[in-house]
Amino acid sequence: MNDWFAARRQRMLRLKVRREGERPFSPRTSAAAPVFEQCPRCRQAVTRARWEKNGLVCPECGFHRPVGAYRRLSLVLDEGSFQELAPDLTAGDPLAFPGYGEKLAGLRRRTGLREAAVAARGRIGGLPAVVAVLDSRFLMGSMGVAVGEKIARAAETAEKARLPLIVFCASGGARMQEGILSLMQMGKTAAAVTRFREKGGLYIACLTHPTTGGVTASFAMLGDITLAEPEALIGFAGPRVIEQTIGQTLPEGFQRAEYLQEHGFVDAVVPRGEMRDTLARLLRLHQKGGARRDAS
Amino acid sequence: MTQVEPISPARRVALAREPGRPGVSGAVEALFTDFFEYRGDRLCADDPAVLAGVALFHGRPVTVLGTRKGAGLEQNLACHFGMPTPEGYRKALRAMDQAEKFGRPILTFVDTPGAYPGLEAEARGQGAAIAACLARMSTLSVPLIAVILGEGGSGGALALAMGNRVLMAENAVYSVLSPEGFASILWKDSSRAEEACGVMKLTAGDLRQLEVIDRVLSEPSGGAQSDPAAFWRTLNAALTEELRAAEKLADPARHRQRRFRAMGNSWLHTGKENA
Repeated sequence: MNDWFAARRQRMLRLKVRREGERPFSPRTSAAAPVFEQCPRCRQAVTRARWEKNGLVCPECGFHRPVGAYRRLSLVLDEGSFQELAPDLTAGDPLAFPGYGEKLAGLRRRTGLREAAVAARGRIGGLPAVVAVLDSRFLMGSMGVAVGEKIARAAETAEKARLPLIVFCASGGARMQEGILSLMQMGKTAAAVTRFREKGGLYIACLTHPTTGGVTASFAMLGDITLAEPEALIGFAGPRVIEQTIGQTLPEGFQRAEYLQEHGFVDAVVPRGEMRDTLARLLRLHQKGGARRDAS
Repeated sequence: MTQVEPISPARRVALAREPGRPGVSGAVEALFTDFFEYRGDRLCADDPAVLAGVALFHGRPVTVLGTRKGAGLEQNLACHFGMPTPEGYRKALRAMDQAEKFGRPILTFVDTPGAYPGLEAEARGQGAAIAACLARMSTLSVPLIAVILGEGGSGGALALAMGNRVLMAENAVYSVLSPEGFASILWKDSSRAEEACGVMKLTAGDLRQLEVIDRVLSEPSGGAQSDPAAFWRTLNAALTEELRAAEKLADPARHRQRRFRAMGNSWLHTGKENA
């Protein structure tokens, strides 16, 4: 019976990943869909099958393309362990911002996502955890009320179930269209992960390209352990804003994952292909990494 | 008299940014005695854009924290026009830790366009410094009351404003980003800033409605800057009242966590109602 559920969950996740195939790749419906996709960095033509097999990392030069939330989950979770939390959670339009509703509807249609974050329970290397993932295809993974709420709920679920919490960040920061309430999600998420940590929970932040603005200045920088994908842009102010402020161009590699590690803000730069094993190792090292039973 | 004053949001942004706008230094002079200023983050530097210290408020010790724009060009430049660096936020953390240790309430005064966006600020972890302030404020067992005096710009403002109560001057503004930045991101045109002011809901009245702030401090016509003494009297009375109420909270940390946990939640849909 359990196997049946696990198989069903895995099918669901696979379907959701496949929807991602529409972007960045061309629609499947087109007979002329190219078999090759050029790497944005090394310009090598790589077959779609190889991109997929390699987790959207260029097999020629190691360039990490952005991955969607469901694909990310399929890359790190054990087969059949994916159970989504609050899948239908969305938020309204607090500023009544012109065009926002239509924009959300269009993105939901194209991406198969409800919002810019997906939270799930699952297992990594056999060990259970709560994993939340931001998706940069959905308004740059920006943190509106629903995204803040999902992160907070993920922390609370982890706290109650005494499981470790892992968050994959990919976000331009606050969701402008939700105005000040978006800013307030920084307070909401920072408080939620802090509470979880104070109760003894292990929180691992995985920073992927890009992690900036209000997400960096809240839960992204509050991990017990902080991992980052190679070359991910990580910062508070965006490079363009800084260039305007200081009136000069920024040095090569500035605000990249490796730069942050050099400056003491990242524990390890982990290529995508090694992420699952690295997380499994960390979970093993913190076998009682959930919130403490005795803490009230 | 404060009932219907048709001041446009754009006008309020201008008022909030006026150079003579009362700031934390003025508040320290007008409301507190025996102020002792902390300098430095005990890691590498002192950022004058954050003012921190301990003082007496009606005879009782409190921790005072605020962002400072400085008076005159030289101070403006030293303070990056009120934009704190990570060192500033880490000095604030130091002040918060001591408030916790000595059981002192914290009063914060915010007037900043945002955190300083510079190369060194990034290299030294601007995001991490702000995040640390948010995390610290969420667990403080002493009451924290925040006052938005002028500009409340983005995460750089929130970093000192996770209060049990958040007060806001009538002509202050508090927003996710400057109207210029907002227009530039959403419309790729920063010259539409005035239009942005209209849609951003950044005035005290709007924010009271969204339950982001708790109390609006009325200002004399022409803004607090036209009669600072009158404004300080208003603020003094409000803070006295708020502090008395906040000190009755059984668990200020939990209260603050709940306050921010609820932010925006009335806008959530669980998906069941529109299925």
